[in-house]
Amino acid sequence: MRREDAMALERSGAHEPPRRSASPGPIAALLRHPRSDPPAGEASYGRVAGKGVDVAHGVVLYLEDISVRFDGFAALDHLSLAIDAGELRCVIGPNGAGKTTMMDVITGRTRPDEGRAWFGQSIDLTRYTEAQIAHAGIGRKFQKPTIFERHTAFENLELAMKADKRVRRTLFARLDSAERDRIAAMLERVRLAHSADRPAGLLSHGQKQWLEIAMLLMQEPRLLLLDEPVAGMSDEERERTADLFVSLAGQHSLVVVEHDMAFIAKIARKVTVLHEGRVLAEGPLESVQADPRVIEVYLGR
Amino acid sequence: MMLGRLYGAKAWGAFAAAAAVVFVVVPVLNLAVPASSPLHLSAFGVTLGGKIMCYMIVAVALDLVWGYAGILSLGHGLFFALGGYAFGMYLMRQIGADGQYHVDMPDFMVFLDWKTFPWQWWNSQSFLWCAFLVVAVPGIVAFVFGYFAFRSRVKGVYFSIITQALTFAVMLLFFRNATGFGGNNGFTDFKRILGIPIATREMRMALFAITGGVLAATLLLARFVVASRFGRVLAAIRDAEARVMSCGYDTLWYKLFVWTLSAILCGIAGALYVPQVGIINPSEMSPANSIEIAIWVAVGGRGTLVGPIVGAGLVNAAKSVFTVAFPEYWLYVLGGLFIAVTLFLPEGVVGLARRVRRGGVR
Repeated sequence: MRREDAMALERSGAHEPPRRSASPGPIAALLRHPRSDPPAGEASYGRVAGKGVDVAHGVVLYLEDISVRFDGFAALDHLSLAIDAGELRCVIGPNGAGKTTMMDVITGRTRPDEGRAWFGQSIDLTRYTEAQIAHAGIGRKFQKPTIFERHTAFENLELAMKADKRVRRTLFARLDSAERDRIAAMLERVRLAHSADRPAGLLSHGQKQWLEIAMLLMQEPRLLLLDEPVAGMSDEERERTADLFVSLAGQHSLVVVEHDMAFIAKIARKVTVLHEGRVLAEGPLESVQADPRVIEVYLGR
Repeated sequence: MMLGRLYGAKAWGAFAAAAAVVFVVVPVLNLAVPASSPLHLSAFGVTLGGKIMCYMIVAVALDLVWGYAGILSLGHGLFFALGGYAFGMYLMRQIGADGQYHVDMPDFMVFLDWKTFPWQWWNSQSFLWCAFLVVAVPGIVAFVFGYFAFRSRVKGVYFSIITQALTFAVMLLFFRNATGFGGNNGFTDFKRILGIPIATREMRMALFAITGGVLAATLLLARFVVASRFGRVLAAIRDAEARVMSCGYDTLWYKLFVWTLSAILCGIAGALYVPQVGIINPSEMSPANSIEIAIWVAVGGRGTLVGPIVGAGLVNAAKSVFTVAFPEYWLYVLGGLFIAVTLFLPEGVVGLARRVRRGGVR
């Protein structure tokens, strides 16, 4: 039963071609995720540069038959995967399953040999550069936290904040009170309010991870990719991180790659198991864990 | 209100004190106190002070790119010299027919038997045109060079080496008579600026005061830049450029802006230097000169704006003493100083002072 659930989900979610519509009708507009509404007066369709993403059909990311080969070795082998808007998806899999390569494809770091990666309805990520994809609203957190160590936590968020980032503007930019409030609220959210004015290099490892997540959030991404976000964190920090991710789902779509199954169990709604560059199983954690193929992959080697 | 954001009350106090020395104390000691008095400041002293203030401007300019953006230029002497040559052309034209050959043309051109001015000298009799060149030539050279270097992601020691090569190459170019700038003798024997004789006490003092004013303006401009969000982006580029890019900043334009600004400031300093020192020749572009600028900044403390000013002052004061007392040892002292500062004072003299004030040297 459970396994069938997983298979059904896989069928319905992953193997359907993306439904694309030139102009969403009134019903589509109603269905659209509230946060997908572009700023007043701006059209959002088909443009990358920070104009928002069309998720009228509820899918924020759709990987369509992606293959990546390195010297004949298939890192990704006709991978298809769909992430819904506002979803919190966990991706697990043994080493070499293609998790990192998948993230590289989504963020434009690696070009697939075959296949398409759709961000919303109309943006084909395989045609854009890393920077353009970042502007379009995909944020990625790498395993090792990279923050600006000599800047304060507050300044880190100021620099990351969504704004006009051209030279002329930053020379004369001043934070208005709304922006200050946003930064303060974000610091509160990741429990760094008391460290706002400390150099970020002095924060603990877990706090640095949070700061980086906060920096990503300041860019207001539609989709967040998190690569082993709790590596090196204490139990308490893991607990808090789980709470944070759960609270983010809904407003943002999250893809979490993690090895720590206890952490996955805390946050998981839907889990995708990758193996040898393709989706092995997909569904609720219990059904995936009960899947004999998954058990074999994890234990039978 | 704007100024209040740049510095605190204490710093403004120090700023005012320094301004009082430049604009009141020095003029009084030089012009009003009679030469017989022990308090009299000689013309040599005024010129030396003006020269060192030119160096201070260059040091602040280098610190903007090195201390804040992490770009070590070992070719800033080039921009300094370009500014100096641009203004030197005007000074040469102001000599008029008072040169050795009593022809309304620079002596070296007469000597080379040139009948007309080469194209580089077009409109060089105009003060405003040459003042424009002082800014434009270093600015354009820096912009074009920087664009290609930064676009190709040339960084670190590779960038430093290329800047050395650049200044060396231009020096060789300027050594040639055919380049049209007086070959290895360069420009000298200046007589007037705007028709006013240069070698008077008043003109010397005016140049000194203008240099002081430009130094103050440079410091405030640099402070504005580093205290802005732009400055924080710059420091972030220094520390983790890839992360800055993933935040959505196009770092090329940030580096190019500060690089070009720095070169322009050097050009202005060079233009102020030439009439006070009375000569400009290609040796100003020698690689050693540019390295010396980096030493001033390192000694004073890079990443602080007061540091380069202190460093340029200290090293040049020491140079004035040493090159008189033990001329043959100066380069050893300079090299030793650089090594010592790099090993023991990574934050320079100003960094040391701050640490002492915060409680104890670690």
